[in-house]
Amino acid sequence: MTTVAELSASRELLANLVSRELRGKYKRSTLGWAWSLINPLALAAMFTLVFSVVFAAEAPRGNPSGLKFFPLHLLCALLPWTFLSSGMTGSIASLTTNANLVKKVYFPREVLVGSAVLALVVTLVIEMSVLAVALLIAGNNVLPWLPMVVVLLALQTAFVVGLGLALSVLNVYFRDIQHFLTIFLQLWFYASPVIYPIRLVEEAIATTTALDGVPAMAIYKFNPMVGFIQSYRALLYDLRFPDWADLGWVTAASLGTLVLGWKVFQRFEPRLAEEL
Amino acid sequence: MGDVAVRVEGVHKRFRLYAERNQSLKAAMMRGGRAKYDEFWALRDVDLEIPAGSTFALIGENGSGKSTLLKCMARILRPDRGRITVAGKVSALLELGAGFHPELSGRENVYLNASILGLSRKQVDKRFDEIVDFAGLDQFIDSPVKNYSSGMYVRLGFSVAINVDPDVLLVDEVLAVGDETFQRRCNEKFAELKEQGKTIVVVSHALGIVRTMCDSAAWLEHGVIREIGTPAQLIDDYIEMTHPEREEVLDEETGEDAGVRWGSGEAQVERIELLDADGMPTRQVRMGDRVTWRFHYRAHQSLPKAVFGFGLHRLDGVHVSGINSRESFSLAEINGPGHVDFTSDRLPLLPGTYDVTAAIHSWDNLETWDHRNKALRFDVEPGLPREAEGVVVLHGEWTPHPGP
Repeated sequence: MTTVAELSASRELLANLVSRELRGKYKRSTLGWAWSLINPLALAAMFTLVFSVVFAAEAPRGNPSGLKFFPLHLLCALLPWTFLSSGMTGSIASLTTNANLVKKVYFPREVLVGSAVLALVVTLVIEMSVLAVALLIAGNNVLPWLPMVVVLLALQTAFVVGLGLALSVLNVYFRDIQHFLTIFLQLWFYASPVIYPIRLVEEAIATTTALDGVPAMAIYKFNPMVGFIQSYRALLYDLRFPDWADLGWVTAASLGTLVLGWKVFQRFEPRLAEEL
Repeated sequence: MGDVAVRVEGVHKRFRLYAERNQSLKAAMMRGGRAKYDEFWALRDVDLEIPAGSTFALIGENGSGKSTLLKCMARILRPDRGRITVAGKVSALLELGAGFHPELSGRENVYLNASILGLSRKQVDKRFDEIVDFAGLDQFIDSPVKNYSSGMYVRLGFSVAINVDPDVLLVDEVLAVGDETFQRRCNEKFAELKEQGKTIVVVSHALGIVRTMCDSAAWLEHGVIREIGTPAQLIDDYIEMTHPEREEVLDEETGEDAGVRWGSGEAQVERIELLDADGMPTRQVRMGDRVTWRFHYRAHQSLPKAVFGFGLHRLDGVHVSGINSRESFSLAEINGPGHVDFTSDRLPLLPGTYDVTAAIHSWDNLETWDHRNKALRFDVEPGLPREAEGVVVLHGEWTPHPGP
C-alpha cells in the first residue's frame, strides 16, 4: 500500500520526473518552450475567426470590468480547458508509456500520474501569466485576483489528478479507455462554456418549453468544468469574486474526485507490473 | 549479524494467463466481465530467511519462479498470500538504465535514475563523480544517452544502481554486461559490498559464479523451494537432478554427427565415447576430473601405422586443443575393429560446452581415412579449482616462499 509518508518521500522523484517531461518535450524543436504558447494562441485565433468573425458572436461585457473582447473572453476558459484535456490524455497514458519502469523498479506509481499532470501545470502557469499580462494591457487589473486564481488552479489540479489516477490504472486493464476518451473530451468541450458564454445556455433553457419542470440548469452545472470556467472568467475577465455556489461545488467535486481516484488507483495498483 | 535481512513467509504468487488478451471494453462486455484467464501459481508457499550480510543465490530452471520471487522482494510484484519483509533499503538490478530518457544527457539521467531508485539530489551530488568514474564515461556524460552505445548505456545504469548504497541488493542475471574489464570491476564491486556487510540476493544460471560468490542458496522448482543449503551441495544436487534429461535431449537433437565428415573411408571412426573416472559413459564431466575419450574405429583393410587425431572446440568456436597420436605410439597395422583411448588425468577445461573432433589418417598425413568434425558434444561442470578463468586451467603448483 502506498502511504502518504511514502508519497511525500518521493517529492524529489516527482520533481525530477516533471523536469524530465518538460525538458524531453521540447528538446529537439527549434522554438522549444514557445510551443506551449503558440498552441493555445493558434487555437484562440482559430476560434476567434470562426465564432467572432464568421458567426459574428459577441463577447459579453465584463461586469464590473467593462472589458469586451472575444479572444480574451475565450482564453480565460480555453487555457483551463486545454489543461484538463491534455492532463487527462497525458495521465491516462502515463502508466502504459512507462511500462518498462513500472516492471523493473519499485516506487510509488502515483508519481507517474502526478508528474504527467504537474508538467502541464507548469505549462499552464506560464500560459496564464502571459494571459494576465495581456489582460493588464487591455486595461483589466487582474493583480488583486491572482491569489484566488492560484487557489482555483490548485483545485483544478486535484480534479485532473483524481481523474488521471482512476483512468490511467483502468486503462491498463481496458486499453479502449484512451480511445474512448478522445470522443468523450469532444463532448465535454461542447458541454462546457468555453466557446460560448453561459448566458446562451440560460436563454436556451428558458425558451425551451420541453424543459419546463426539469432542473436543466442544475444538470448543466453538475459538470465541474462549468464552475471552474465561470470562476476563472469571474476573476480574470469580470474582475469580481466568483459565485460561492460555483466555488463550493468545484471544491467538493475536486477533492471528491481526488480521493475517489486515488482509491481506484490503489485498488488496481498491486497487479500493475504483471498486467502492463 | 544473525539478523534476517529478507524474510519470506508463506508466499504465494498467482499469475493470470489470458487465453485471449484483447483488453477492450467490447470484449469485456460480451463476456460480462474481465477477460477469461487461467491461473498459474508461480510461487507456492515459499518460506525463506536470508541472513543479513550474506550473499544468497536463487537457482532453478527457467520458469521455476526465481525471478518472480526476486521481483516480489523488490516490491514490483505483490504476493497474493504471505508476507515479505525486507530490513533496510533495497535496490534491484533487474534492468539497467530503466527510465533513462534518450534525449537527456548522461548527467541529467544519472540524477533522474538515482531519484527513481530513491536517492536525493544531495546524495547524488556526493556520489556523482564516483558514478561517472565507475561507468568510465567522463567525456560523454554531457551528451544525450541516445548517442551512447548499448555498452555505455548499461554501464551507466549499473553504476547508478550500485551506488545507491542499498542494504539489500537484488541482482537478476545482469552480471553478464559490458566488456571484460567492466565485468571484473563489477565483480570487485560486489566483493566490496559483501565485505561491507551488505546482503546480496542473486538469481543466476551461472553456477560457477554462484559456487564461488555465494554463502548459501535456494533451489526453486515449479514455484516451490526444493532445497536450501550451501551452494556446493545444492549445485551438485541440482546438476545431478537436471542433467539426465538434458543428455537425452542432446543425443536426440544433435546426434553424433553435428559437424562435417570427410575421408577416403579405408578406416572409420565409428563411435566416440566420453568416460568418467569409473569408466562409465557420460556426457558431462567436472573440471579437474579424470576423463577418457574412447574412439571406436574399424579398418576395412589392413592399414599400416595409423595416426589418431583428437580436436576440441568450445561451443563458441574457440579451438581449444588439437593433438594426435603420432608422438605417442605407432601401430604396425590396424585391421577390423578396435579402439583407442585418450585420457586426461585432471581435465583442464573450464565449465562450458565442448565438441570433440576425431580423425584417423596415415602416418605422413597425406591420406585422411576419416575425419569427423565436432562429432561429440559434452558439458564441463564447475569443479576444482573453483576460481578460474580463461580458456583452460594449468594444473600447476603454488609454492609460497615467504621471507626476504
